[in-house]
Amino acid sequence: MSRAVRFAPLVLLLAIIVALVWRLATPADTNVHSTLEGRPVPAFDLPAILPNKPALSSADLASGQPHLVNIFASWCVPCVTEVKVLQELKGKGVPIEGIAIRDRPADLADFLSRNGDPYERIGSDSQSQVQISLGSSGVPESFVVDGKGVVRFQQIGPIEASDVPMILSKLEQAR
Amino acid sequence: MIAETGLAALWLAAGLAALQFLLMILGLRSGADVRRAMRSIAIIQGVLTLIAFAMLLMVFARSDMSVALVFENSNSAKPFIYKVAGAWGNHEGSMLMWLTILAVAGAFVALLAHRTSERTTTAALGAQALLALGFYAFLLFASNPFARLSPAPMDGQGLNPLLQDPGLAFHPPTLYLGYVGLSVAFSFAVGALLTGEVDSRLARAMRPWVLGAWILLTLGITAGSYWAYYELGWGGYWFWDPVENASLMPWLAATALLHSINVLAARGALKAWTMMLAVIAFSMSMVGTFLVRSGILTSVHAFAIDPERGTFLLALLAIYVGAAFILFAVRAPALKEGAPFELVSRESGLVINNLILSVILGVVFVGTLYPLFVEAVTGEKLSVGAPYFDAVAGPLALLLAVLVGIGPLVAWRRERRPVFKQLAIPALFGITALAITIILDSGMRILPRLGFTVGAYLAAASFLPLANRNPIRAPLATWGMALAHFGIAVALAGMAANAAFSSERLAVAKPGDILTVGPWSVMLADVTPTAGKNWTAIEAELRASRGSGAITLAPESRFYSDPPTETSESAIRTFWNGQLYTVIGKQDGSGAWQLRLWWKPFVTLIWAGGALIAIGGALALLGRLWRLVWWPWRKREWRQERYA
Repeated sequence: MSRAVRFAPLVLLLAIIVALVWRLATPADTNVHSTLEGRPVPAFDLPAILPNKPALSSADLASGQPHLVNIFASWCVPCVTEVKVLQELKGKGVPIEGIAIRDRPADLADFLSRNGDPYERIGSDSQSQVQISLGSSGVPESFVVDGKGVVRFQQIGPIEASDVPMILSKLEQAR
Repeated sequence: MIAETGLAALWLAAGLAALQFLLMILGLRSGADVRRAMRSIAIIQGVLTLIAFAMLLMVFARSDMSVALVFENSNSAKPFIYKVAGAWGNHEGSMLMWLTILAVAGAFVALLAHRTSERTTTAALGAQALLALGFYAFLLFASNPFARLSPAPMDGQGLNPLLQDPGLAFHPPTLYLGYVGLSVAFSFAVGALLTGEVDSRLARAMRPWVLGAWILLTLGITAGSYWAYYELGWGGYWFWDPVENASLMPWLAATALLHSINVLAARGALKAWTMMLAVIAFSMSMVGTFLVRSGILTSVHAFAIDPERGTFLLALLAIYVGAAFILFAVRAPALKEGAPFELVSRESGLVINNLILSVILGVVFVGTLYPLFVEAVTGEKLSVGAPYFDAVAGPLALLLAVLVGIGPLVAWRRERRPVFKQLAIPALFGITALAITIILDSGMRILPRLGFTVGAYLAAASFLPLANRNPIRAPLATWGMALAHFGIAVALAGMAANAAFSSERLAVAKPGDILTVGPWSVMLADVTPTAGKNWTAIEAELRASRGSGAITLAPESRFYSDPPTETSESAIRTFWNGQLYTVIGKQDGSGAWQLRLWWKPFVTLIWAGGALIAIGGALALLGRLWRLVWWPWRKREWRQERYA
């Protein structure tokens, strides 16, 4: 057994210890910043879920104007309150696109008729694939995407009424 | 007084551990007396730690709130069983339990080790004492479990309600017993590297410990997986969470060690590799303990975190593992390896087994620590998720499962017979399963499909080693091996069924609504408030039916008051062909509730497989211990062991 092989485990251990010590020494920043901000939306092409709603693909987002992409589901309770805020944003001229996570057409139609429908398009992400590629870990989440299809901002959790001015300014900056 | 007695016993035990280590240095040079004294000291040290641990159990059982640890982790309103389990459901208590098991294992080594030479046993006991010393220092200086509070508070602060579950009472002790069993293997390896006596006798002395540790780790992982499945309410059985990985890594290393140690025992080969594995297996348990205790990686298990204690554990890890690696680097050249292996032989089969297990271990290790390294180098935060682990470890595990069917058929030294002929029937099983999956569901993804195929093949192949001889006269260890390998097949089939056939239903429902999931229609009949000893809850009444007859399930969403926490208690009903899994979530304000329903065909096979693997291990251990006990009475000619 050569000297290099014999000492390899030791060297590896030292490297790991150094990394762990570094990690223990630097206090962790527990805020998660979206790594997608400033990057183009990953390519996707989601099928329609409702007959009266067009499907959603990443190409639809690069249309020249900023969009708000909302990740939601009919089974998501916070989404119910969020929809009302989205209606308000829609009233201010914001184009809102929806990605429905693990949803069913009948449930979704019911959800929209009961709570209102702010969406221009809705894509069906039945296995959460696009949600994962967008770096979203729950519902609801929203993304401000500029006219070139680049993510400008990620909102984790519901957009509340008090967030409206902030979302509008993010959309304005993305213009 | 109880707490003070415990503390005194702990200090005495620490003193004895120091003495035990010093005597090793003497004992290696001279004196059978010194070596005998060491054995006695190891036994007394074990008894003293048992006393200390019993005292801790007692203060918890009596809810003595003047002890800080009881105040922080218990509450007089808790059910008695969780009061006692609370003793190890916290950092200090669990470290004391760790140390107690370590010292008691040391005592058993002192009592039982007669296979290795006196010098190697002495060195191993010294190594065990040095290991224990670090943990004594840790407990006595950095996390005293017996510290008092003055004045004594009226009542305690409770226990994380997620942990208030029968699973908790046994999950950590099982894993700790497993970790500590690996520490004995570590100590034997260090001892043998010191004396240079790495031979088949050492392998036979180590084997019961490794086997015992491996059985307990298997049980611990299986139980932990089921706990996460029903308690966290996510419907998954494995999340590749850092702390789950922390328990998987020692298991992978122990599994490799379990197989390589047979090569050392039977052929006196793979010396350096087996010693390395013994060191790595225990290092992985320390890494596991460190990851859980330091909270360095965020995880669902983040109830146990403290950076300062993390630093202490990291220092211990660096010292012990570093020292063992240095010893290895210095002593490895002196180990004489036997003759090279024939290409087709049991030995090379086991080498391939070890290679694949090591690669899987590497994959899990890198995946677990990768986020840390990336953040250290680039500052970027990321997490490595199930898609990576599934995609890399999945195919490797399947490949290994294929080879598991072949390996035990190959003879030691050199195989001249055409082994592959025997595999015709298992191969037929596999092809039939493949055909059925294609007929049933042509769109099935590749991994579940292969899982069914390999599972069916291995289910048949695992029993071939028994078919080749009279099964009744086959050694218990061979039966154990066949059963454990069959368990792999069963677990594989369960995982494949879960991946391929699970149906999921997420919906917001009002009382009276009917939802369908798989073959079931489930009606939300009612939602009512309910209360327990230290919690209140809302409970859903679900009536589920598939065709004839309805069953009732009652998932709960619980609110604990001390400390304020919300948990979801899933309601699960098991049938021969699957589980119906139901969870109730939040209310939407208009009288509707969030419901999550899953129908998971044959999912229970996953844990049944895990249990079979452990039972197989237990049979093998029983067989080995039987020989250990009866050996001295047998005639010399009979000693020629046949290795399974």
